[in-house]
Amino acid sequence: MTRPLARLEAAEPLPTRPAIRIRDLRKVFGQLVAIDGVSLDIAPGEFFMIVGPSGCGKTTLLRILAGLDSVTSGAIEIETPHSQRPVNSMIFQGDSIFPWMTVWDNAAYGLKMRRVPSATVKEVVGHYLARTGLTRFAKYYPHQLSGGMRQRVSIARAFANDPEILLMDEPFSALDAQNKLLLQEELLHIWEEHKKTVVFITHSVDEAVFLGDRIMVMTAQPGKVKTFVPVPLARPRNIMELQKMPQFGELIAHIWSSLREEVHRARQQEEEIKS
Amino acid sequence: MSVQTISTGSQAASKMSARTRDRLLNIISPLALLVLWELCARFGFIDTRFFPAPSSVVSTMIEMLRTGELVTHTAVSMQRLFYGAILGGVPALVLGIVMGLNRPIRALFDPLIAATYPVPKSAILPLALLIFGLGEASKIFMVAVGVFFPVVINATTGVLEINKIYLDVGRNYKANRWNTFWTIALPGALPVIMTGFKLGIGVGLVLIAVAEMVGAKSGLGYLIWSAWSTFAVEQMYVGLFVIAIIGFLITLILNELERVIIPWKADAT
Repeated sequence: MTRPLARLEAAEPLPTRPAIRIRDLRKVFGQLVAIDGVSLDIAPGEFFMIVGPSGCGKTTLLRILAGLDSVTSGAIEIETPHSQRPVNSMIFQGDSIFPWMTVWDNAAYGLKMRRVPSATVKEVVGHYLARTGLTRFAKYYPHQLSGGMRQRVSIARAFANDPEILLMDEPFSALDAQNKLLLQEELLHIWEEHKKTVVFITHSVDEAVFLGDRIMVMTAQPGKVKTFVPVPLARPRNIMELQKMPQFGELIAHIWSSLREEVHRARQQEEEIKS
Repeated sequence: MSVQTISTGSQAASKMSARTRDRLLNIISPLALLVLWELCARFGFIDTRFFPAPSSVVSTMIEMLRTGELVTHTAVSMQRLFYGAILGGVPALVLGIVMGLNRPIRALFDPLIAATYPVPKSAILPLALLIFGLGEASKIFMVAVGVFFPVVINATTGVLEINKIYLDVGRNYKANRWNTFWTIALPGALPVIMTGFKLGIGVGLVLIAVAEMVGAKSGLGYLIWSAWSTFAVEQMYVGLFVIAIIGFLITLILNELERVIIPWKADAT
């Protein structure tokens, strides 16, 4: 496997109709340009990663995809071949499961909002709680669980909702290193089942390479596409095996070199604002 | 040679005893007051025309229980308190939550509540009598007014204090207005709403006593007022004792209710 780490331009045609098409996306908050002319295609079933320095507009981009923020200009198209499915489900950063609902009710939330028949809810939620190792804790309230388990509930809730695309906003950033590793592996296992299109935001280069099919590096504010990096690592992946591969290290070095100057620029901007 | 003993488990033991001691002191202080009062009354240190001995109050209470008089008055007051709490509390809950969720509605109602809240509730009793007459409606209305304000204010605050991320989750998972109300705003604000409700019941208890003193023929307020006009001081004290006990019991019941309807807070502290 000596495939070069080629840059994949956004305009390069993909074999099938893209699941997500973004063209000239621009988002302005008052004076601040958060996202400036982002165009990209994401293929169906692609595990798409976005990395960038803090404040580069990556969370804004995801919130726009989730329909939680509006665009200033530009176009977003999301393929919806199955009319009965919701377009997207989001796994939020930090605690987002309802403290007043049990694990079961939290995981069933999306399905209940869509008035899915209760027999189906039972089956689907039961399945994803089993997949996330939460079956025993179905009747627990979130305050009785650890941070890692709460984020598992959030994962179960998103997968159980069976959306066209899954959006993940640094879902593991609040977890300790060991829990993070476990959850990354579990996420890949669950994802392998149906291989839904995923857009995943992270500031961790390791996480991007470990999980993703393709990585988009964003510039410091205003957020633009800096480069696309494909991750030609075979699936299913095992993090222990991956870390031994020279290719894994090369990829990380490559992405980090491109990310590094953006992180520096972001820090400079921050210092300018403060002074 | 000296031996230092570092005792094990003594901290837990002393904590337990501290709690027991608190409980003991909690019982001792009212008992001590009653005993002191009784003694002062018997030995003529206080004027029993104004401060009758607790033992005579208790014997009057037993007598009034036997005739059924006390039960009737208490039941009537409790009924008014109950209906008033529902009639004031439920609309306040709905309006408060909607105000918390919807900015224009909040802007619309905020000045109305801010302007009417500081008016002493007892000052509108004549108006209530004018509008609703001397019957049940005026008393229930007074309680409802007393319960309304703390609940509406706390419900709005409670919703505004809900972490924004939960509302984002609701939007992302396509919760409609109805579901946002029932699955996010109401449970999220419930702890703060319960505090408002407890305050409201306290105000309601004050107002029911006042309302029954004017133009009523039954209830604990009427009992106290008629005791004054016939100078039956023991009966007056019976009325006061019963109101105090009711207030105490309602607090206990609401605390218990809170534990049942807010199970996700049960283990905290």
